[in-house]
Amino acid sequence: MNQQTRVAPENIRIIIATDCGSTTTKCILIEKKDEGFRQTFRGEAPTTVEAPFEDVTKGVLNSIQEVEELSGRTILDEHGKLIYPSEGETGVDIYISTSSAGGGLQMMVAGVVASMTGESAQRAALGAGAIVMDVLASNDGRLPHQRIDRIRRLRPDMILLTGGVDGGTVSHVVEMSELISAADPKPRLGITYQLPVIYAGNVDAREKVTETLGDKMALTMTENTRPTLERENLMPARAKIQDLFEEHVMAQAPGYDKLMDWVDAPIMPTPAAMGLIMQTIARKKDMNVIGVDIGGATTDVFSDFKVEGQRIFNRSVSANLGMSYSVSNVMAEAGFANVMRWVPFDVKEQWLRNQIKNKMIRPTTIPQALSSLVIEHGLAREALRMAFGQHKSLAVGLKGIQQERGISDTFTQLATGESFIKMMDLDLLVGSGGVLSHAPRRNQAMLMMLDAFLPEAFTILAVDSIFMMPHLGVLSQVHEEAATQVFDRDCMIYLGSAVVPAGVARPGDRVCTYKFKWPDGSTDEGELNMGELKLFPKLAVGEVAEAEINPTRAFDCGQGRGRTAKAHVHGGVVGVVLDGRGRPIQLAQDHGERRNQLLSWFKAMDVYPDLSHINVIAEGSPSGE
Amino acid sequence: MAHAYTPGLRVARRAHLSRERTLPLKGDVLVKVGDTVRSEDVVARTELPGPVTILNVVNQLGIEPREIDDYMLVKEGETFDKGQPLAENKPLFGLSFLKTVIKAPIEGVVENVSDITGQVVLREPPQPVEVFAYFDGRVTAVLPEEGVQIETVATFVQGIFGIGGETWGDLKVTVEGPDRALTADKLKPEHRGKILIGGCHFTRDAFDKAREIGVAGVVVGGFHDQDVREILGYDLGVAITGHEEVGLTLVMTEGFGSIPMAPKTFSLLQERDGARAALSGATQIRAGVIRPEIIIPYPQDRWEAEADDVRESAQAVREGDHIRVIREPYFGKLGTVKKLTPALERVECETKVRVLEVAFEDGSTATVPRANIERIED
Repeated sequence: MNQQTRVAPENIRIIIATDCGSTTTKCILIEKKDEGFRQTFRGEAPTTVEAPFEDVTKGVLNSIQEVEELSGRTILDEHGKLIYPSEGETGVDIYISTSSAGGGLQMMVAGVVASMTGESAQRAALGAGAIVMDVLASNDGRLPHQRIDRIRRLRPDMILLTGGVDGGTVSHVVEMSELISAADPKPRLGITYQLPVIYAGNVDAREKVTETLGDKMALTMTENTRPTLERENLMPARAKIQDLFEEHVMAQAPGYDKLMDWVDAPIMPTPAAMGLIMQTIARKKDMNVIGVDIGGATTDVFSDFKVEGQRIFNRSVSANLGMSYSVSNVMAEAGFANVMRWVPFDVKEQWLRNQIKNKMIRPTTIPQALSSLVIEHGLAREALRMAFGQHKSLAVGLKGIQQERGISDTFTQLATGESFIKMMDLDLLVGSGGVLSHAPRRNQAMLMMLDAFLPEAFTILAVDSIFMMPHLGVLSQVHEEAATQVFDRDCMIYLGSAVVPAGVARPGDRVCTYKFKWPDGSTDEGELNMGELKLFPKLAVGEVAEAEINPTRAFDCGQGRGRTAKAHVHGGVVGVVLDGRGRPIQLAQDHGERRNQLLSWFKAMDVYPDLSHINVIAEGSPSGE
Repeated sequence: MAHAYTPGLRVARRAHLSRERTLPLKGDVLVKVGDTVRSEDVVARTELPGPVTILNVVNQLGIEPREIDDYMLVKEGETFDKGQPLAENKPLFGLSFLKTVIKAPIEGVVENVSDITGQVVLREPPQPVEVFAYFDGRVTAVLPEEGVQIETVATFVQGIFGIGGETWGDLKVTVEGPDRALTADKLKPEHRGKILIGGCHFTRDAFDKAREIGVAGVVVGGFHDQDVREILGYDLGVAITGHEEVGLTLVMTEGFGSIPMAPKTFSLLQERDGARAALSGATQIRAGVIRPEIIIPYPQDRWEAEADDVRESAQAVREGDHIRVIREPYFGKLGTVKKLTPALERVECETKVRVLEVAFEDGSTATVPRANIERIED
């Protein structure tokens, strides 16, 4: 990665950073103050990849202009060019950008065995920030012509071909390359350039793969993603994907040639930048972390867990789960009933379907009516829930390997293919993306994350204040000090802690007794019953309290069923939430009862203004009031 | 910020339109620069490589991959007929009952013989692909082996969402005003092959009747999503359309539900009642947006006089502009921008956003997030 900036790092004072999302382009200004680097102003504008503009830089300039208007700083000259270096109230020292516009990086991956090299290839591509459109494998159950047809129709931006451990099968790998050659897919953007194919499989098959694909595709070789069955080596393939992303794919998208000239560091796919930040948090704080970025088109989930002494990072992307372009798909996949279970008033299906489609076709609109916001949050819960489900199925141990198990491993070692994600072990849950970062009340973001991810025992929750994690991910590559300072001071908003005994009981039955000792010496103690949600807003950001939870025999708060759990809980802008709704959350089947449940939880968490006056929403009564 | 940018759709009485009509693969261009073309004219033609069939010859013959060339009767690059022997083994002492012959399951050409996998790739004969002119116009450029550029001067309306591919026919306005629905009783047998203009809504029973009559396409303000779902047989998760085969092409100009067509759009279409038009429902909302459209070309002898369209620029919203609200609680209402407030304001759901004040046609006013309006061209 090019880390040369036009102003020497020690002289950098003003930083401008943009993220070109599928819906909006977000711009932030970072300034060096007496106390260090701070994020000071933010602007946004619709992304302009589409007609009539077809030039991503227009949206970038619009968002920068908004920052200019808000900050009073002159950043662009009369020709719309960035002014370098900064001097007084003029100019900037460095400009960086991430991008997921134009649908992001869309890839197909191929391996020999779907659950082994196929899965490693998928993890490599996802980790590099790609959307994996399909995984081809010799044993995927499809006939050759079906695979060829699929490759042709999907028109990926890039293909990652893996397969075979080093010294292993050659014929199966060559067979996959023959399929790709026969399909001869054309890239999605620009018909004149050759489709990039990365080969990261058995080194013995390189020559034959080159014979098959060398003339037709832009073929690149890198190290095997699975040199042995017991070892995954994803980094070389990930690095290669990111290089080619900028070199081949971005260069074809409208306006990116200009944008690439403007930036001081290579443009990173937004999810890759986000992943970098998540990994940094997990490693610096030595915590098990789950992060989510819910966007307009896609939802990315990241996890960094310590498993048997080793840190394992995973990223998944749910390409068609999002809050604008993909909102209709959230509804299609979750179903009307699942979305509505989070909404405490009646909504006529036809009305809701029309509204959701209207959001899809006009993706930049935002909720104005309170009822719209509640429905949007219901959709977000479902999108997050489904995206997390997909993540868990991918964040698993290597499959098909032999494990040596000693007596000491009997209770600890993961079975092959078992998910790394254990909610009891989760320390920190971080949310990002419009619907979480811009929720009018932070309490809304906290409850959405609790409902969708279902954390257990003791978990800290946080959100990205105004969606700037991707920007900071790139910045950390060129100016780590600035990135770290802004991250700590302006980016991470700690919401507080969730304390959740996991289990199920009948409504009203006791879940646990609890005792909190607050920093000022005062205490709160009592009983938590099934179906109750309690908020203790008195623990502020940076403060720590002592918690003692005595669950009943049906519940586990991290120490086993019925066993006392003691822990430190961390404060935040919302506070400490004691969640007695069960795991999974026990929502009443009866509509009226469920409505009352939701209203009582919303009230306990102070999530919305009074909703009890909203009864039915249908055609002709758009706001329901 | 004194202005807002909105996703404006183009609605123009007279627009210069220029489109590239290209093949998916290289082929032959059938027209030349200066030719006058009609929608149904084929302007370029090519042949798509046929589907592929893969045979594992070595397994069937019980030989090693590296020996495969010795057993192939039809070599790489050669053509064969269906049933023709492609490969055979050489049994001991020529014993015929030990002989295995692999016959071609299809007609085609041997594309590849692999001595690594022992597989043979057979490709069926190519399939012809034709590109139509799509709208009436003039060929202004030929892209050798790829296609042509066609130009016309036309009334041009972009819709917001559509289903179904390219079609053409005479335009027929079927309702009295933009706020009237196109119902089944308004459909007549003489509407066969025509492009019908409705008002605020196209009912489900009208859709079925239009399909039965053989209507080519319908342009209307709104349509229920529930009806789209029933017609397609699945829920449209992602907005990528244009390949649906539902009997006719449907273009919505305003959105889902029942929404009066913008008066300007309706009156433009009314002016061109009876003219020949081209219609496409293809919509793609992400990655290289494609909007559905209706193109109503003028006769060539009126091009020079009629072409006064100005290329669209950034759609800045200013005070006095006519707008439509595109999100509830005022969804679909038309009005005029009364005031653009620079500071952030708190709306009902407590979000602090940039807003504007709008005066609706009924005299009432409201504060609306700037993100929730779109400008309507005058």
